[in-house]
Amino acid sequence: MNYNVDEKGYYGEFGGAFIPEMLYPNVENLRQQYLEIMAEPSFKKEFDQLLKDYVGRPSPLYFAKRLSEKYNTKVYLKREDLNHTGAHKVNNTIGQILMAKRLGKTRIIAETGAGQHGVATATVCALMGMECIVYMGEIDIARQAPNVARMKMLGAEVRPALSGSRTLKDATNEAIRDWINNPVDTHYIIGSAIGPHPYPDMVTRFQSIISEEIKWQLKEKEGKENPDYVVACIGGGSNAAGTFYHFLHEKEVGIIAVEAAGKGVDSGESAATSVLGKMGIIHGCKTLLMQTVDGQITEPYSISAGLDYPGVGPMHAHLYKTGRAEFIAVTDDEAMQAGMVLSKLEGIIPAIESSHAFAILETRKFKPEDVVVINLSGRGDKDLDTYIKYFKL
Amino acid sequence: MNRIHQKLQADKKILSIYFTAGYPSLNDTVKIIQDLEKNGVDMIEIGLPFSDPLADGPTIQASSTMALKNGMTTAVLFQQLKDIRKSVSIPLILMGYFNPVLQYGVEDFCRKCQEIGIDGLILPDLPLDEYQENYEAIFKKYGLVNVFLITPQTSDERIHQIDAASDGFIYMVSSASVTGSQDGFGNNQETYFQRIANMKLKNPQVVGFGISNSETFQQATKQAKGAIIGSAFIKFLTQNGVDKIGDFVKGIRK
Repeated sequence: MNYNVDEKGYYGEFGGAFIPEMLYPNVENLRQQYLEIMAEPSFKKEFDQLLKDYVGRPSPLYFAKRLSEKYNTKVYLKREDLNHTGAHKVNNTIGQILMAKRLGKTRIIAETGAGQHGVATATVCALMGMECIVYMGEIDIARQAPNVARMKMLGAEVRPALSGSRTLKDATNEAIRDWINNPVDTHYIIGSAIGPHPYPDMVTRFQSIISEEIKWQLKEKEGKENPDYVVACIGGGSNAAGTFYHFLHEKEVGIIAVEAAGKGVDSGESAATSVLGKMGIIHGCKTLLMQTVDGQITEPYSISAGLDYPGVGPMHAHLYKTGRAEFIAVTDDEAMQAGMVLSKLEGIIPAIESSHAFAILETRKFKPEDVVVINLSGRGDKDLDTYIKYFKL
Repeated sequence: MNRIHQKLQADKKILSIYFTAGYPSLNDTVKIIQDLEKNGVDMIEIGLPFSDPLADGPTIQASSTMALKNGMTTAVLFQQLKDIRKSVSIPLILMGYFNPVLQYGVEDFCRKCQEIGIDGLILPDLPLDEYQENYEAIFKKYGLVNVFLITPQTSDERIHQIDAASDGFIYMVSSASVTGSQDGFGNNQETYFQRIANMKLKNPQVVGFGISNSETFQQATKQAKGAIIGSAFIKFLTQNGVDKIGDFVKGIRK
């Protein structure tokens, strides 16, 4: 079984490029060139250098001793929270800004939900001196004021998405409309492993540095490259894609994707796409998607703004469908408690997105000798308000 | 030969109007179609509303949101249109995004279109290669013309591919933009219109996006066979309701 993208841009039955003709020249140009550009020695050199000196990679692989004792298994944390800008998102934006430069683009657009990808994009645009416009749902702008301020300080223009539900999906629609209106000078930096081919593959490759490092880091610590399990939370699925990538074809590695169940999978307020979604088309790709029977895209819910996307990347849809990955849905309450446990036991306050991944330690039983690597995709600073309200701190 | 082919053979410039089904009110669909034909419109695109219309500007987005709120669904639209061929004879095209069609079932959707007397489909996010590989046979089985878009950025090579794959007309997007977002045509459009005219394509071209009045209609159809008006008509309906449709059409054709 192949879990990577095929020549036509598909992962099994998922993927493709369902885009209006207005976007075809840009997406096709990217498709023809992305692998070649990524393989150029000068590109690799610049990318690696920036990841090292600017982002602070490699991010540590940390053996969580107290967490391991509590759950009676060997838990390692991949510390993406220690990256510059506080999350894994910057791995992709560094890659894509270098890609944009080589494609001759001068103007960058992006969508953002919680603001993490927006901040990571604004950051690399500041670094490269490029114009940056970030689309963000009007509701998210109100919810995530500190990140809006960060983007502004970094020189980006934050444009509110006023259509539809005024959250991430609508910010994505607005970014796509901007690209239609500005086809010549603009590159669209998509933040997740979604969108038309080649975006899911390109974003996955830029994020795959996570699993690449896990391999050699684990070799140093455990004497073997492959853990028994890799675990990541999943919204659109960029941190999960990067965490899983180099283990997809390693049969002995169990892959666990943790979705946001919100207030419960059957509550009507959830973002558990693998359970609630059906094959459909969103933002240019065919994937599992939360929608009405009539094919209208519905609004997901999660306490974590980074996980409330109504679809899931096509690679993940394929991993789910083939059974290669185990999908577990975690509620708001379970995630919040897990965030508190990690804070108290290890002195690390995680982003609420990442807290979802840790919540499975309560319910999913591992053997004492199992090596479980959990991707700690982001830090919790941006979520303090939510933690304060939830725990009445 | 279906109604689209016949209409395109006529020795005149084609005026085509787009509207969103279910807007302003859920049950305005049939009246709007009848009034447009009565007032001399040559062809109609009936918009099947979608929650996430990424190629559309604010006007059509808002009408789609309202139409969905009003209760419009694929099944409701088919029900409204079931007797439309008893009163209307101009070409009717359904225009929308691919996901609702996929969820209805592509073959069921096409069969229903044929039963009703729909002549063609415009699905902007169903790209050429997907269509040819998976759906062309089904569309043809039910006698449906599939209409592709081209834009000023589309390469000559791809325009020739699209021309070869088309059997009806080519929807010529006037500029790099979403729907309803410009006021007039400038030199860029003139050059683009001329470039396409010089290509001597086998399919006639109908220009859409940015046509809002008699002046832009004239400009767009100087070379092309016809033009499509969408957002401007929706705005008219928002301001005037559905009782003065004749005034709008006369304003274009004056």
